[in-house]
Formats: sequence, C-alpha cells, structure tokens
Amino acid sequence: MEILVCVKRVPDTAENEIEAASDGSDIERDDLVYSVNEWDNYAVEEAIQIVDKVGGSVTIASVGDEDAEEVVRREMAMGANNGILLTDDAFEGSDGKGIATVLKAAVDKGNYDLIFTGAMADDGAGQVGGMLAAMLDLPYASIVNKIEILDDKKLKVGREIEGGNQEMNEIDLPCVLSIQTGINEPRYVGIRGIRKVASAEIPVWGTSDLGIAADSVGEAGARVKRVDYFVPELGEGAEILEGTTEEMSEKLIELLKAKGGIK
Amino acid sequence: MAGQIFAYIAHKTGKADDSALELATAAGKIYPDAPTTAIVTGAGADLDAVCSEVAQSYKDVWKFDHDALAYPNAEAIRKLLIGILPQDAILLAPHDTFGMDLCPGLSIKLDTVFVPDVVDFEGLEGNTLKVVRQEYSGQVSTHLTGDIANGAVITVRPGVFQPDESGSAGGQVIDKSSEVADLTTGRRFLEIVAAEVGDVDITKEDVLVSVGRGIEDQDNIEIAEELAEAMGAVVSCSRPIVDAKWLEKSRQVGTSGQTVKPKVYLALGISGSFQHLGGLKGNPYIVAVNKNSKAPIFQVADVGIVEDLLDFVPVLTEKIQEGK
Repeated sequence: MEILVCVKRVPDTAENEIEAASDGSDIERDDLVYSVNEWDNYAVEEAIQIVDKVGGSVTIASVGDEDAEEVVRREMAMGANNGILLTDDAFEGSDGKGIATVLKAAVDKGNYDLIFTGAMADDGAGQVGGMLAAMLDLPYASIVNKIEILDDKKLKVGREIEGGNQEMNEIDLPCVLSIQTGINEPRYVGIRGIRKVASAEIPVWGTSDLGIAADSVGEAGARVKRVDYFVPELGEGAEILEGTTEEMSEKLIELLKAKGGIK
Repeated sequence: MAGQIFAYIAHKTGKADDSALELATAAGKIYPDAPTTAIVTGAGADLDAVCSEVAQSYKDVWKFDHDALAYPNAEAIRKLLIGILPQDAILLAPHDTFGMDLCPGLSIKLDTVFVPDVVDFEGLEGNTLKVVRQEYSGQVSTHLTGDIANGAVITVRPGVFQPDESGSAGGQVIDKSSEVADLTTGRRFLEIVAAEVGDVDITKEDVLVSVGRGIEDQDNIEIAEELAEAMGAVVSCSRPIVDAKWLEKSRQVGTSGQTVKPKVYLALGISGSFQHLGGLKGNPYIVAVNKNSKAPIFQVADVGIVEDLLDFVPVLTEKIQEGK
C-alpha cells in the first residue's frame, strides 16, 4: 500500500494562547510554539501501522514555508519512508482550494493507493481532504476513526458521527480519507528518532516542479479572503473570582452550595 | 444578483434536524426574505412527514425519494446535488459530520467558493458575501469574504442561528424523485455501530466535574475524582482525554460524545470548543477553571477562576472536605 499523508505545521494551541494582533491583520505570532497539526499526527501513525501490516511505503507531504520542513522530518522520524516539502512564494495566502490544488499536483506525480489528511486543522474548516478527493475524482470519507483493510481493492472504514456513534462504510481504493484524533495512539518521537532522519533528502517542489499556474494558488487564486482577525464583542461572560486560591475556593463553595452543586 | 438559496435538510426517523429551521434563518441573513428552497432526500413514508414539517418554513420543498438515498451517504448525495442544482446556486448545509463529508468536495464539483462553519453573516455587497468564522478552537474570530456570483457552498455552525419557527411559509412540496439519476459511488454505507455504554451514565447526572486537556497527565485524573467524590458528583471529560485513553468514551461530553443536562457543570482545564459545548444542554450553572484567561469557556461560564486547575482543585477539594 502506497500512502501519502498530508500534514500542516500549526501553532500548538495546547502551548499557546492565540490572540488577534493589534492591527487585526494576523494572529499575534511572536513567541508562538509550532508543531504538527494534531489530527495529521494520528494520520501518520495510522499510515505507518497499515504499512507495517501489509507492506508498502508512507510519504509525508506538507504545503508551507521552509519551516514546514521540520514538521515533515518529525513525522518521518515516526517511521515514514519519504518526505516532500511543497514550498513556493506563490503558495502564500492560499485558501483551502489553493492548498488542495498544490496537493493534487503532488499526488499526480506519485502513484498512491491511499491519501490521508487530518480531519481538520487550526482554522477548523476541515476542507482540504474533501476538496482533494473531488479534484482527484476519488471516493472520500471524512472524520475516519477506524480502518480495516479488506483486500487490495477496498477498505472498511468507520466515520465518527454525532453522539459517539460510528458509521461503517466500504470504500474502493484508491481513496482519500480524513483522519480523526483518537483512531490510534501516536508513537512518541525521541531525539534519536529525529537524528536518524536528520540527513534524509526532502525534495522541495514549487509551481514549476508541480506544473501549476502561479495564479491558480496563493493569494492570487484565493476566492475566499480573510479580511481581519478580531476579538468578538462578548455578552456578559463569566464572573471572574478574585483573591487567593483559598479565598476563591471559599467563594466558589458558597456559590456551588446555593446551586445544589455540593451534595 | 447572486443565485437562489437552497438548504440541505438533515432528518432522522421522520423528524427534521434542529439545523433545518436554523438554516432558514441563516438564509434570511444572506438576503432578507430570500425565497429559499429546502432539499429533502431519503426513502419511504418518513420523507413525507419531514417535507410537510419543513414546508412551514420554506417556500419550496424539493423531495427526492429513492432507495439509494435511504441512508444519507454524502458521496451519493453529492452526486445528486451536482445533477440538480442550478449553476449559481447557494447551498447551505449544517457544519456537522454530514456537512463536513459532503460540502468541500461539492464546492469543487460545482466550481464555487466554499465557506465553512459560519457563525454569522454580515451581509452581501454586490456579489461579495461577508461572514464571521472562528479559528483556533474559538480563541479568535475572523471576517471572511467570498465572491458568490457563481454560487457558493456554505456550512453553518449548528445551534448558532435561532430556528425559524414562524411556521408561516406555507410552502409547497415538489416531488423531484424522477430526476434522480444513477447514484452509484465508490463508498457504500454498511451500518451504524452504536456508542458503547460505560459504567456510569453521565447523561443522568445533576453535577458533573469535567476535565480537559489542562489536566496534563493521566495521573492527575484522580485530582478530579477526589473533587467529584467530595461534591457527590461524577467525572466527565472533553475529547482530548478520551483520545489519550485516560477515560472511557462514555464519559465524553460533546457532539461526538454524550449530550448531558446537568444542573451544575465544572469545566476544569476545558477550553470550550463548540463541539464540546454542543453536548451541554439545559442551561446548567457553569464553573470554569482555566489558566488561560482567553479560553472561550469563560464566555459561556457563570463563574470563572483563572488559575491552573492543578493548583486550584486540590485546595477546593480540601475546603469542601473540611466543611463536611
């Protein structure tokens, strides 16, 4: 099974408080800690487990600036065989469709049976996998939390749906799946793992390597444009307790007792 | 003027989903008094009940009754919509696990803009639609614009728009079943596997002590368990805790977990994503403990404590125990 996993380098929301920059043009980027998008990390683990079972290879691809290389390398250290960095000034400011256009061109240069994306990333749109599948004219299943290989022509996949239920489908290969967190337990990557792939060649492809028109991607090709980031005007919000930990605890106990929260 | 608005109606066992009437309101925010057409797909008698229900809120209801549509397989429904929607249609669908499956690919096939997970519409100027979205699990909001001259596919966040309950549309149901062409796709629905039942039923509890990513480590779960015991409550959690396999799936609150209706809800180290809050009903008294003062949970909580839960909760537990 030849598997391509598309990954994105994102600000780590577990490590950062994300705020709008004062002029609203972007989020505040100073001192942000970046990592691989959490969903993508599960997708890489799933791909590696499949290849461990049935053979084949795992390729990591990322659209981003040169800093994305570090994420590609980190995911390769989990046990992926190849990495590709999709970088070009022309890709900057791409909307979801622009990213999918770049990935589609990268897929066309290979011969993959299975293509994974994360179910969503930092912008919460969850769009690239479905767009990529439609561009490739391949079957698609989103929010996948179980994969079983039936034979070399089809898979059985579980989709996470509302209420903790699971929707089981049979899907023909090749196909595109967007992977949900919790599908597996991603392995830990230690310093030694990173060191092993430190010298691995990671080809860098831009518009000319991929054969895409510069104006079909990036800001020029974007049909959805971000105007600004802002802090919404909120309603009343919570009453924030003040004081020492002890004082706040005592106050909270009073409030909880009044609401029947302490039996 | 941009194209006609269509709303995909989700439904189950003969009842329209809450999103059905929310989309009618959302459509009216794109154009006031937009003549919006509801699209209802399915098979059998249940379908007629859904059609008459939504005809109270939509002027036209297009009914597609076909065996291949008995289960809403997004791959098949996408194929149907590509065949029946007019060139410049604006399609609205809920941003749920079905809409996320259907819509990104549909926008490519229809060659229109895709605007996902909209929480508000700020009007149409010419053909430029301006919307509000959230990013980073709701930590920041953003305005987006899209040119909808050639149509659009838009997913709308469930629970954000008030349902249109005017019941005044007096719409007509138009049976379009004869227009259903071949819906064979490379993905076939097999079955629904129901959620596992756990050792406790959090949906029946009055007081929940719920933990999220801020608990940091599996060993710290007992900090929450001790508090729950002191309060006479039960421990629930948000999604990352289940992903990490620290608690059972049956304890997860959220759209992909359980829908709970407690009287009091303590959110410990939970940021408050809409997927989590979507599982919290009945307007409980919410207490949020989070070291990030910008966490969205503070917008919906009644009382907030901005402190690391690992510092705050043990003190709280001790004080409750002392008071007993």
